Amino acid sequence: MKLTINGKSRQYDGDPQMPLLWYLRDELHMTGTKYGCGMSLCGACTVHIDGQPTRSCTLPMAAVSGKQVTTIEGLDANHAHPLQQAWKEHNVPQCGYCQSGQIMQAASLLAKNAAPSDEEIDSHMSGNICRCGTYPRIRSAIKSASKGEVS
Amino acid sequence: MSCPTSPSRRDFLKKSATVSGFALGVTLMPGIHPVSAEQTATESLSPNVFVELDADGQLHVTCHRSEMGQQIRTAIAQIIADELDADWQRVTVIQANGHPKYGDQNTDGSRSVRRNLERLRTAGATAALLLREAAAQGWQVDVSECENDNHTVHHIPSGRRADYKTLVGVAATLPIPQSDAVTLKPRSKWKFIGKVMTSVDIDDVVSGNTTFGQDVQLDNMLVAVIQRPPVMFTQPVSVDDTATRKVAGVVDVITLPKATPPAAFNPLGGVAVLAKNTWAAMQGVKALNVSWSDNAHSSYSSEQFKQTLIDTARKDGEVVRKRGDALTELENADQVIEATYYAPLLSQAPMEPPAATAHVTADSAEIWACTQTPQSTRQNVAAALKMPEEQVTVHVTLLGGGFGRKSKPDFSVEAALLAKQAGQPVKVIWRREDDIQHGYFHTVSAQHLRAVQDEAGTTTAWRHNTVFPTISSTFNASANSPSNGELRLGFIDNPFDIANMQLEKGQAENHVRIGWLRSVANVYHAFAMHAFADELAHAAKQDSRDYLLSLIGKDRHIDLAAEGAEYDNYGDPIDVYPIDTARLKNVIRRVTDLADWDQRHQQKRFLGLAAHRSFLSYAAAVVEVVVEDDGSWSIPNAYMSLDAGTVVNPGHVEAQCEGGMIYGLSCAIGQITADNGQINQSNFHNYQVARINHAPQNIHVDIVESTTPPGGVGEPPTPPFAPALANALFAATGKRIRELPIPLSLS
Ligand code: FES
Ligand code: FES
Repeated sequence: MKLTINGKSRQYDGDPQMPLLWYLRDELHMTGTKYGCGMSLCGACTVHIDGQPTRSCTLPMAAVSGKQVTTIEGLDANHAHPLQQAWKEHNVPQCGYCQSGQIMQAASLLAKNAAPSDEEIDSHMSGNICRCGTYPRIRSAIKSASKGEVS
Repeated sequence: MSCPTSPSRRDFLKKSATVSGFALGVTLMPGIHPVSAEQTATESLSPNVFVELDADGQLHVTCHRSEMGQQIRTAIAQIIADELDADWQRVTVIQANGHPKYGDQNTDGSRSVRRNLERLRTAGATAALLLREAAAQGWQVDVSECENDNHTVHHIPSGRRADYKTLVGVAATLPIPQSDAVTLKPRSKWKFIGKVMTSVDIDDVVSGNTTFGQDVQLDNMLVAVIQRPPVMFTQPVSVDDTATRKVAGVVDVITLPKATPPAAFNPLGGVAVLAKNTWAAMQGVKALNVSWSDNAHSSYSSEQFKQTLIDTARKDGEVVRKRGDALTELENADQVIEATYYAPLLSQAPMEPPAATAHVTADSAEIWACTQTPQSTRQNVAAALKMPEEQVTVHVTLLGGGFGRKSKPDFSVEAALLAKQAGQPVKVIWRREDDIQHGYFHTVSAQHLRAVQDEAGTTTAWRHNTVFPTISSTFNASANSPSNGELRLGFIDNPFDIANMQLEKGQAENHVRIGWLRSVANVYHAFAMHAFADELAHAAKQDSRDYLLSLIGKDRHIDLAAEGAEYDNYGDPIDVYPIDTARLKNVIRRVTDLADWDQRHQQKRFLGLAAHRSFLSYAAAVVEVVVEDDGSWSIPNAYMSLDAGTVVNPGHVEAQCEGGMIYGLSCAIGQITADNGQINQSNFHNYQVARINHAPQNIHVDIVESTTPPGGVGEPPTPPFAPALANALFAATGKRIRELPIPLSLS
């Protein structure tokens, strides 16, 4: 099967049941997408499939045939997506482990809703756990990115 | 900062490939740069293990503490760069391996800054002096006429300047001064310490260019997932791995040695599946058919055990601190106020489950791990492999949170044993299920409190009995009584000025491995103490803040020794870090001002307060709740005032207050339970942790500006949160919460 990851076309011939997460991490060595639960419960593994935020830990390779996959490494060629900039301005990360997933999840929110309210942010982001507790800064960073405040 | 492309990193990659005898499969450790001491070029200045200036004048600072989100890598760079008066753009951070030459590296106990500030300043100042001496020699002037200024030495009378890179060669030949010959900058001249500075790792984090323990990849590496015994210290009776071996990618199935008490830092045993990738290993473990032995822990039920703990807490305990005569006061009282508090087992559940990679040869072992404790990892791996410690190298990756779980090197020992047996590198992945079911748990506790008040509402007697399975049982299987080390965490150091006080402890068996969790025993002690203090305020019909201030009483330094209490003050001298009630009261006043406490009734807001000294810092929290008709509740605002003495990076301290409070919220809503000796929870669907929709909508933090010596920061914000929340829920509903977890819906 073929798929496209961050604009690059890829051929995969392994176990079709293997989740995308392990293809990214173990075979492509793209470790920006993290493992946190393996059950679509924490959001650490979030990527975009044809623009939709998706938990790669439970998504079998069979389901991504012919799809466009975007990971944190490919969100922006210069790693300067407005959210990446806002994350830096608000000093969001602590340990950083959840943050790839947080940014990918937030990016899909801004793509469909340019100015989300607090409630919309909370409901869109509630599947992404941060054990370091960076939630207040995640909210602030999403808001400032949505307002186009980041330089 | 120039983290990812520094010369020393390239050197390391080259060197590591030759030294360890195998090629690294992918770029190793973006954002993490192993220590460069061994690869120092001749043209570099490195008067100690923390500082190296290379021939280009680049300053390489070695961080010997583990990075787990507290931004210690940034803080250490700030400290050293400050004394060196460095140009921040010319600073690189290198992550140290585990080695005693750095001194203590065990990143727990909130001590990275408090134990290292002076030491690292001296390390930087030593290099700064050598650079001044080198310049003075070159210019033939007196060294006292020279100063360090923005990566140059400046000769004040003539205005001449020399960039550090031009001085490195000469400075490296000069004798290294004794540390007492080195003068430190006055505080007024600090240019990085005390300033908000962005994390040195932030670019890597937001672009996914980080290497955590789970991310390590070596060529020819197998991934191992382990099915561990469901009950502590049991072992496989039979293992049927037929189906497992048929899973594509599975290479081997290895039964690990049985664990025997005490648990210590040893692996739990179990059956490991080694495979070419993580997915195959996970599938292979699922396909195992193992039956397990039984033992005395197999009948452990947390619900029954809870009653045992509560019964013990209500009986007389062993007295550990006594002032006046609380027993007589209680006996003679018309009315005794009493309450039992209970808090369940918890799992630290760092976002990154533990993971370690090992490469073992006949005479060397190399470990890459997300460890808080690289030196004990080295010791335990060496012991398990029966190899001298000198032959073991421990590389520290970034940690996706630690919270005490990663203070245990068991997962690195697993990797080492399996890599040795497999004859090729092995990465051990803990699944979330493994992390939640087989960790070192925050202990379960029951506490019983009794108090007497006089007619004016003044508390005249306080009796508090604490009962919990002790962490000591992890190291001494027969230990069944709270240790002094745990009692010192927010119990024996009770700051209340009550005429008659008796503190007691009771015995409890353990049935799971017990370990440290952010703030450890302070979490449950602060919960009971401050929720009960609020009960006393209510009984006295007084304002909770005013009552708490009166319980603490006059400004003083508490002398526990005078009351026969053993107290080690977190290992630091009591004259330098007294138990200072004025500072505790100060954070209470500040946080209640911040929260507009006095206006709360007019504003119809429901607030709860708690304040707790731990790890030599003072933290006070106010939590505001809104409770809906259906019993659901939320936290529109949370407030914290923290007095941690001198702080290195107020921005990151603020972040620790935010995160520490949210961690405290998780501690208040989560629980681990067990039946038949087995943990019932397994993943985030049944182990509740705070999500964004539970977290306070706004967190307001006040850091007290202080010139006192640095206290801890990572842990102190957590303990006051749960009692402040419980007190706020009481204010809103009139119902006391004495038992955790607090349900997300109260009705
Ligand atoms: S790892 Fe996929 S949601 Fe947690
Ligand atoms: S930053 Fe550590 S888990 Fe989110």
